[in-house]
Amino acid sequence: MSWPPQWRGEGVAESESAVTLSAAKGATRSIVEDPSSKETRSQEDVDLPWQVVVHNDPVNLMTYVTMVFQRVFGYPREKAERHMLEVHQKGRSILWSGMRERAELYVQQLHGYLLLATLEKVR
Amino acid sequence: MVISCSQRSKKSVDMEICRREDKLEISELDPFLAELLRQIPASTNPEGTPAAEKRLFSPPADRSKTEQCSEWKLYVEPELRRLFRTATETVAADLEQLNGNEKPFANRKLRIPTQHADAWLNALNQARLVIAAKYNFTDGELCDHYRSPIGSRRDLGLFQLNFYGFLQEFILREIDDCPGNTPN
Repeated sequence: MSWPPQWRGEGVAESESAVTLSAAKGATRSIVEDPSSKETRSQEDVDLPWQVVVHNDPVNLMTYVTMVFQRVFGYPREKAERHMLEVHQKGRSILWSGMRERAELYVQQLHGYLLLATLEKVR
Repeated sequence: MVISCSQRSKKSVDMEICRREDKLEISELDPFLAELLRQIPASTNPEGTPAAEKRLFSPPADRSKTEQCSEWKLYVEPELRRLFRTATETVAADLEQLNGNEKPFANRKLRIPTQHADAWLNALNQARLVIAAKYNFTDGELCDHYRSPIGSRRDLGLFQLNFYGFLQEFILREIDDCPGNTPN
């Protein structure tokens, strides 16, 4: 048995990637709803950037958190360590900001590594 | 976050841990430590501890974002459960080595294929989070790496958590040195 199973979208080019939460939601809806009534995100959701925030956890090891940041975001070790220390010292760190679907994918991956991560709208 | 690996804890458990080609080898495992390892799969189970369930499956946003949280529960959480279960099953299969026919009190050896390293990291993390939630350890306790496991079930839980952390540190160090396991 091999592990880890790849997240849908992990390790593939952005253009081919990512059945994210919002995409999955849309796919399901397309089966059960009349397309004319298809619900789309509000304009605010589309326009505003979203940020991926990681919160402190007293159990996760510092080295583990650094490794996860390197893997998920492709950050070099120094940058990953800076974010890890920010999480440790300030309680949270913004790891990435940008389009919602990408941010959702990152949050899913971080939860797969058991980190406390949330998706927030940039205000 | 804590750092659990230390020279002192390495000495005190009197086991050897090293890398041999494509395997991570833990030898001179006394029956007590072997039993702690056998407990990994069971320790990942959050059932009966709502705080552990809540920690393993934490919300992706502020709880006030009810729609986002309920969609997450519906679409993402099953995937996470599958991921965690797969990691635990991989570890459980590796631990079968500890169920050999050796004498009951003989020291054991465990070989972990390096390609299972991520599964081990994940399962050990699940176990540590569940144990921490179960006993509701304080930050001070989590930094106390030298507390004796002899005393109470709670002390044993803390020792177990630190022992698993020590293994995580070792695995992380080894995969960091392995060219085939460089970060994406």
